[in-house]
Amino acid sequence: MGKRIGLEVSLSAAEAVKMANVDCIAAYPITPQTHIVEHLSELVNDGVLDAEFIPVESEHSAMSVSAGASAVGARAFTCTSSQGLALMNEIVHIVASMRLPVVMILANRSMSGPISIWNDHTDVMSIRDCGWIQVFANNGQEVFDHVLFGYRVAESHDVMLPLIINMDGFILTHVIEPIEFWEKEQVEQYLPDFKPIHTLHPDKPVTMGGVGMPSIFSEAKVAQDEPLKQSKSTIISAWKELGDIVGRYYNPIETYRSEDAETLFITQGSYGETVSLAVDELRGDGISVGLIMDRLWRPFPFDEFRKVTGQAKNLIVIDRAISYGGQGGPLAIDLRSVLYKEKNQPDIANFICGLAGRDVTIGDFKTMYHKAMKKVKEHPREEDFEYYGVRGK
Amino acid sequence: MGKTKTDLTWQELEVGATIVTPGNAAEYKSGDWRSMRPVVDNKKCIKCGTCYIFCPDAAIYETAEGFFEADLYYCKGCGICAHECPTQAIEMVEEEE
Repeated sequence: MGKRIGLEVSLSAAEAVKMANVDCIAAYPITPQTHIVEHLSELVNDGVLDAEFIPVESEHSAMSVSAGASAVGARAFTCTSSQGLALMNEIVHIVASMRLPVVMILANRSMSGPISIWNDHTDVMSIRDCGWIQVFANNGQEVFDHVLFGYRVAESHDVMLPLIINMDGFILTHVIEPIEFWEKEQVEQYLPDFKPIHTLHPDKPVTMGGVGMPSIFSEAKVAQDEPLKQSKSTIISAWKELGDIVGRYYNPIETYRSEDAETLFITQGSYGETVSLAVDELRGDGISVGLIMDRLWRPFPFDEFRKVTGQAKNLIVIDRAISYGGQGGPLAIDLRSVLYKEKNQPDIANFICGLAGRDVTIGDFKTMYHKAMKKVKEHPREEDFEYYGVRGK
Repeated sequence: MGKTKTDLTWQELEVGATIVTPGNAAEYKSGDWRSMRPVVDNKKCIKCGTCYIFCPDAAIYETAEGFFEADLYYCKGCGICAHECPTQAIEMVEEEE
């Protein structure tokens, strides 16, 4: 078993990137991602990590450099938040279409404005449809494990897609947690060297990122979406093997006291742990409630969600992003689509909360439960969601 | 390339739509874009090669007799050759298909 030490989650994430033995780190500092990149620059400077650290002039360049590095066969890492993600947006899409297995930690932070440095999921939801594999982490250990998992999956030849690890800004990035490091041998066993399929090299010239005329563009897009959909089996087997090596087993969705629950909370990211405590307290009051934590966001785990929500009467979906003028939060929108045409269609109460790092406590989730029980009696429709705790609403 | 681009299914594309045959832009039929075709009147042609020099697609070649003709696989019908010809030996005529 690896050594368990107390460390800031950002620093442990950087240590995981070191253990993944990356070749190229291109990043631009932005709160709350900063500590990850700072620590990586130290590791490279100190000669502990043999990699190129490229202090680029913008996030657009960070992703461009990562694309170039990956295209020549280097293991590339980058990391950003919020406005930085928005600035790299153009290349984020291109990296996916070129099937370059870049791994990025997204230290989730609000999209401005108003200007905010604090945590929610509005940044990642702005690129929901970018074609990357996207996972959420509940805690620092999951971030650490998923860096190694990320390269393992992304670089699998039947996948070859970039991967985002969502990590709540401040709630995870800036706290100290006990982190169990992997042994070097465990990393070697789990993560083989990156063997690219095509590389940019003068000895064997190829063109990457060429023009796609209307006669071929749709085929190119299907050739991108199919491996993303099919990557789920590789993802699941990579989680299984990770569990066999380090003893922590992960799934597309994680359940907590959900088996016989009439009502299920559904969360993404670090709120899962807070809600699990609310579930314990509600269960203590004799209430039949459980929790589903969505770990895999893209490809979306359709079957898993249908299975676990099959018996539930009510769902309380916690969203941390807004679809302006739309039908609620992005997670609730997807869940409604998943359950459409199912025999059992639970009523869905959707709360958008915790925007820009506003605290949502165990007590708040209990309040949401009681509010939701009133709402579900009226069978809420898609547009009937609530901005929880907003003054004047 | 055994197949033209329009024949390929999505399964047949290389990973990342990478093009693995270098220099295959030469296979691309830009002649499809043409609505006007250049026709040379060799009686007026003085074999100066101005059309050959000005053609932006290098689609004009010299014949064995020293005259010049457009390779219609590539010629987009832009009309620069006709515009530049000092003896007005080149006429642009409508493609009729």
